[in-house]
Amino acid sequence: MMSTPDALDKRPGASPSPLSGTAGEPLVAVRDLEVYFDSGGGSAWDKLTGDTTSRGVVRAVDGVSFEIKTGETLGLVGESGCGKSTLGRALLRLTPHTGGQVYFRGRELAHLSSQELRRTRRHMQMIFQDPYASLNPRMTVGQIVSEPLETFGLAHGRERAERVSELLETVGLSARHVKRYPREFSGGQRQRIGIARALAANPEFVVADEPISALDVSIQAQIMNLLERLRRERSLTYLFISHDLRAIRHLSDRIAVMYLGKLVELGAAASVYGDPLMPYTRALISAVPFPDPAREAARRRIVLAGDVPSPLDPPPGCRFHTRCPYAVAACREVVPALAEIKPAHFAACIRISPDQPDIEQVEGDAAPGLKNPEQVAAS
Amino acid sequence: MSHAAAETLLSVRNLCTYFGSEDGVVKAVDGVSFDLAQGETLGVVGESGSGKSVTSLSLLRLVPEPPGKIVRGEVVFQGQDILSLPLEAVRHIRGKRISMIFQDPMTSLNPFMRISTQLAELTRLHLRHTKREAHEHAVRMLETVGIPDARRRADDYPHEFSGGMRQRVMIAMALSCQPELLIADEPTTALDVTIQAQILELIRSLKNQIGLSVILITHDLGVVAGMTDRVVVMYAGKVFEQAPTPELFARPANPYTKALLRSMPDPEAAGGTLYQIPGLPPDVARLPAGCPFAPRCERAEDVCRREFPPFVQLTRDHFSLCHFAAEIYSRPHTPDA
Repeated sequence: MMSTPDALDKRPGASPSPLSGTAGEPLVAVRDLEVYFDSGGGSAWDKLTGDTTSRGVVRAVDGVSFEIKTGETLGLVGESGCGKSTLGRALLRLTPHTGGQVYFRGRELAHLSSQELRRTRRHMQMIFQDPYASLNPRMTVGQIVSEPLETFGLAHGRERAERVSELLETVGLSARHVKRYPREFSGGQRQRIGIARALAANPEFVVADEPISALDVSIQAQIMNLLERLRRERSLTYLFISHDLRAIRHLSDRIAVMYLGKLVELGAAASVYGDPLMPYTRALISAVPFPDPAREAARRRIVLAGDVPSPLDPPPGCRFHTRCPYAVAACREVVPALAEIKPAHFAACIRISPDQPDIEQVEGDAAPGLKNPEQVAAS
Repeated sequence: MSHAAAETLLSVRNLCTYFGSEDGVVKAVDGVSFDLAQGETLGVVGESGSGKSVTSLSLLRLVPEPPGKIVRGEVVFQGQDILSLPLEAVRHIRGKRISMIFQDPMTSLNPFMRISTQLAELTRLHLRHTKREAHEHAVRMLETVGIPDARRRADDYPHEFSGGMRQRVMIAMALSCQPELLIADEPTTALDVTIQAQILELIRSLKNQIGLSVILITHDLGVVAGMTDRVVVMYAGKVFEQAPTPELFARPANPYTKALLRSMPDPEAAGGTLYQIPGLPPDVARLPAGCPFAPRCERAEDVCRREFPPFVQLTRDHFSLCHFAAEIYSRPHTPDA
């Protein structure tokens, strides 16, 4: 998508944006973000001759806009391949974006000089999913946690050692562990080391990408409580990425749902979980097994047919139409934009409207979203 | 489903599977006993190191030996003790009368063989199908588990299937010889939630249609709640609690089960601090004296750190491994206490 002339007016702070939660300064803002990858298709001959016709482009993130305000936790949920991790990495510029803008404290990251970007990075950190792969096995815990202090020149000598001890204690490890190696720790403890490293530079914004998925059930609660306590104590702002709706619901103020590179629903956590608008979100929620046999027996399950289509060749129109029980002809043609269906609760579906937000109640093949000029323009 | 009326299909008695390691003997499974009735679904739930997977492998003598060894116990299946049968006889049971599916379908699928060939191999061996019969049967099985366009896709290779479709193929393979028992070890853990829902629905409907008996090994209490009739909770190689599923959730009689249930976020009452079980899952090579859960247990007293707890019978089919089982059972369980 091309950058439009009015892109500047959409800068955060210029005017209150409908895509943030309630009033509050956005710390991070994303506008029409696109991250496309070359899938490497095409033969060596095609590459030699510059023939790009048979090459595939993966639209991992395809025109996504939202804001995260200071102190907020935005939960980003979706299935594998939906682009949620790529989106998280693009926010920190760990993966370059191919279109759109990312703003941090109102400044566009792409416009920063390399020195400015370096200074800004200090305030944006990441916690990774795999506590086994994300720690250098040849470095001691002390070296791992002090690396950001060194990189950003934040503390030296004795002060640095003190900061490292303090950080380890903060995440529930013993300061005596500084000389040990990652292999001497369990999965949960390694995740704590990863969290200590992310906090070392005193960031404002942390992207936590599936931080509990690799952990045992009894350890997940420990890490969720730790993340929540750190948020309170250090006024952190989180993008919490997970496929686990129970965890997302527990930790997030707002929830964003992603499907095949697009944001399909966004709203307050209680609203999205308690009263989901999109058929996809409803299916996701209904698929979460509940630790209560009576409720499991009584619940109505929405089992979606089919697989998630390949992001190499996403369906035209609404990307969910191939699995959506409510799809009509127009859904195959029109790309729906996020529209405010209920106050501060957005969904990308042409079949629902503020007048009739319940897809099950929509009559015939009505598609009131089509009348919305913004929707048509967005397609 | 009442298992009281039904016949016992499988009876596991005092199963002990140990592993030799640098740290000495690791008692991965240590004295596990349970019964499975015909048509019943039994959940075996536990965290890593609880011994749940080693238990399931032991049932079919699939534990790699060395370093592992089934040191004692009985696995009586339809009157025969699998552990004392000659290996040749066990091979006739595996894949035919008892079959198994795993978390990662690729561990069981040969990447270099067409799906139809892999399915046909089984029925040619166990059901003496001709080549043509076996191929037809393979296509029918793929249709049964919901592979779209099964006839055409039967000749694809495993990598041409998505993760969810591979797990369907695995189920088709596991069921192709019409087994009496299906052992499913974390069958949906590697899958996305919407695909997990599809696979669980498939197992549920197959179970209802053919009266299949299932042992479902999982770490997810939500999956247990929706899928099983009875549950075995494992910790540190031991059965900590065993009960009918509704009873286990309504009246857990073991502090570990209770703590696990409390530590799960309730989507309808979000926010706040979750109950957290302190400490780490045990290192089975270095178990403490007394109850292995004592270091993490809220209810633990001196006796727990000194003496191994008794396996207390609370009702006809509810047992708990705890010095205070009766007390915990008699106190009503609420999500926050």
